[in-house]
Amino acid sequence: MRMSKRIARNSFTKKLLAGAAFGIGLTLAGQAGAVEIEYWQYIFDTRVKAMDQLIGKFQAANPDIKVKQTTFPYADYQTKVSAAVAAGNGPDVVQLFYGWLDGFVAAKLIQPLPKDAFPNAAIEADFFPIVSAMKRGDDYYGLPTAVRSLALFYNKKLLADAGLDPNAPPKTLDDLVTMAEKTVKRDGAGNITSEGFALDMAGQDHQWWREVLVRQFGGAPYAEGDRKVTYGDAAGAKALAFYTDLQLKRKVGQLGFMDEAQAAFKAGKATFTIDGTFRLGAFSAIKGFEWGVAELPANAQGVRSNYASYFANAITAKAEGEKKAAAAKFLSYLTSPEAMEVWLKVVGELPARRAVALTDANLANPIHGPFLAGLTNAHTTMFVDEAAQRQITMDMVNRVLLQGQSPADAVAAAATAEQALIDRVTKK
Amino acid sequence: MREAPATAHGTEGKAGRLSDRLTLSTKRVLWAWLFLAVPVVFYGAIRFWPTAEAFWISFTDWNLLRPAQFVGLDNYRRLLADPLFWKVFANTFLYLILGTPVSLVLSFAIAYHLDRVRFLHGFLRALYFLPFLTTAVAMAWVWRYFFQPVPIGPINNLLASLGLPAQPFLRSTVQALPTILVPAVWAGMGFQIIIFLAGLRAIPTSYYEAARIDGLSERAILWRITLPLLKPTLVFLVVFASIGFLRIFDYVYNMNTNDPGGPLDSTKPLVIMIYQTAFKSYDIGYASAQTVVLFLILLVLSLLQLRLMRQPT
Repeated sequence: MRMSKRIARNSFTKKLLAGAAFGIGLTLAGQAGAVEIEYWQYIFDTRVKAMDQLIGKFQAANPDIKVKQTTFPYADYQTKVSAAVAAGNGPDVVQLFYGWLDGFVAAKLIQPLPKDAFPNAAIEADFFPIVSAMKRGDDYYGLPTAVRSLALFYNKKLLADAGLDPNAPPKTLDDLVTMAEKTVKRDGAGNITSEGFALDMAGQDHQWWREVLVRQFGGAPYAEGDRKVTYGDAAGAKALAFYTDLQLKRKVGQLGFMDEAQAAFKAGKATFTIDGTFRLGAFSAIKGFEWGVAELPANAQGVRSNYASYFANAITAKAEGEKKAAAAKFLSYLTSPEAMEVWLKVVGELPARRAVALTDANLANPIHGPFLAGLTNAHTTMFVDEAAQRQITMDMVNRVLLQGQSPADAVAAAATAEQALIDRVTKK
Repeated sequence: MREAPATAHGTEGKAGRLSDRLTLSTKRVLWAWLFLAVPVVFYGAIRFWPTAEAFWISFTDWNLLRPAQFVGLDNYRRLLADPLFWKVFANTFLYLILGTPVSLVLSFAIAYHLDRVRFLHGFLRALYFLPFLTTAVAMAWVWRYFFQPVPIGPINNLLASLGLPAQPFLRSTVQALPTILVPAVWAGMGFQIIIFLAGLRAIPTSYYEAARIDGLSERAILWRITLPLLKPTLVFLVVFASIGFLRIFDYVYNMNTNDPGGPLDSTKPLVIMIYQTAFKSYDIGYASAQTVVLFLILLVLSLLQLRLMRQPT
């Protein structure tokens, strides 16, 4: 009782104070004659640091504009953005995952990019084609600074221990399986003690299966702008069987081993794992062994594919007049070659402009090179509900691994479930 | 909380009758209400209003981004037709049906024997109570580590060193739910033991003395005297444990963070389904309908158990 009273009073006082401080802040900003715009992104150490640098540079070049960065934990991010914009405050420039675009557009949270500052022709000529995921009708609603793709991480020490060349990672899926079989370690009872390939459907494997393996086994995951599920066929079943056989027949890995694929790889207990650019930070802390990055393996016919994703920056519906002009200026800077280079250096994510990304120096870089090579044949899945769609793919694999369902049945059931989900969400 | 308004009300009645003479009392009542207003407004705004709002949202298709639209009973119809809901419904009651008796029998057995131990009694009691003081999330992660496969999980490593086959535990659709119950039961036991001990101590020793003089066996004493007299304690613990197991979340979520409620929804309770529908799929209307169903289940159970409590022993 007494506690709740005190809390209630305290928070009330704090709100009063915060309100007053905000008011004073606004007045001061107004007096200085500068336009203040607000930028929101989620908390991720290197991203916040990179953005601080970019804001510093931008403000130096544009003394009449002030940019205020606000950050939130990733888990609350979407909730906060929609609540704030709906309440009429919130950011002028906002970061959003490409997969959230439909929701943001339907809710009128963001507005199309002004065509004078961002002409479609220039966007399509300069950026990687995956930015088309930000286009609705004739309008682009946002642009990324950087993009992420997948690659194969390999442990050089485990390869060398098995008598393999530590600098010759697998080029094809068959190579991958053979090398995984040579490097996997088991105890007397047959329990895996070090994986050849780290399976992790909850990690990036579901993207690998959907956009890469399905295509490599002759299928297509989706049609009609990813609104029609097409993997529920023989090709999808073959792709699923390839994946589940890694555990069931080849026994080179086990879902749940060391909890997560990245944990197994970090601990030096997995030869191969598939992960994204965003994992580079965590893996750079590895001290016990050397590791390398290779482009995702091709199939026997040389077909390659990749999954790319990105966070784009967009102008919110709230920004009008001089704030909109300032927001457009800031967004132009965020998508400029200079900003992309800063982002690559600080965050490690790949530049979204072709000319900035595909330089000789970047392509020759042993770490960024394979990720960049992957970008040229990458696909972006147009999720309607990423969490739910990922769950369907995870359940599909679990039904084969844990319940002995046939890959054909499992893939058909998953396709039906995902189609029902897409229909339900897009009908609204 | 409950006492304060009652007193205020009593004085108010008096003040009404003797309003001419006792203006001081009226003033006091006004002051009391003034102070009470803060928590009343706080609880109203933070607890009761959102609860009422959830009922309304359950009849809409609100998804955080668009304004809510009234859809009638659509969410409830969808819920009844959703196989996941029935699976989750069954899981929720499985937690209850397995967890409540197991934890109560275990904690009663421990309390019953601990009651007779004099040596290190306080220390042992503290040991049993300790898990109750620890954060559920931290415990869930420690137990999750225990149940990992070879080479990091201690239990499977032990099995392997004994030449026994490794068990999938959290990666099995059959074993996962009981596995998650292990830390949940273990953590709740400390509290239950303390309450049982208090209940046991409250039984007058003269009853036991009389029974022993009459030559009753220890077993008969347990069944005829101890357990019947413990009924109020038992009912309280059953209510408390049932509500706890019906709302289980932290252990399920943290022991399988990569697939909360998995594998294949075999451990998913209603609360996790609500959380995922609301904050992963942003399907707030549907999640609210699930919340209303959970609320009704808890309400019916609590009323049932309140009625049991009222019956004379």
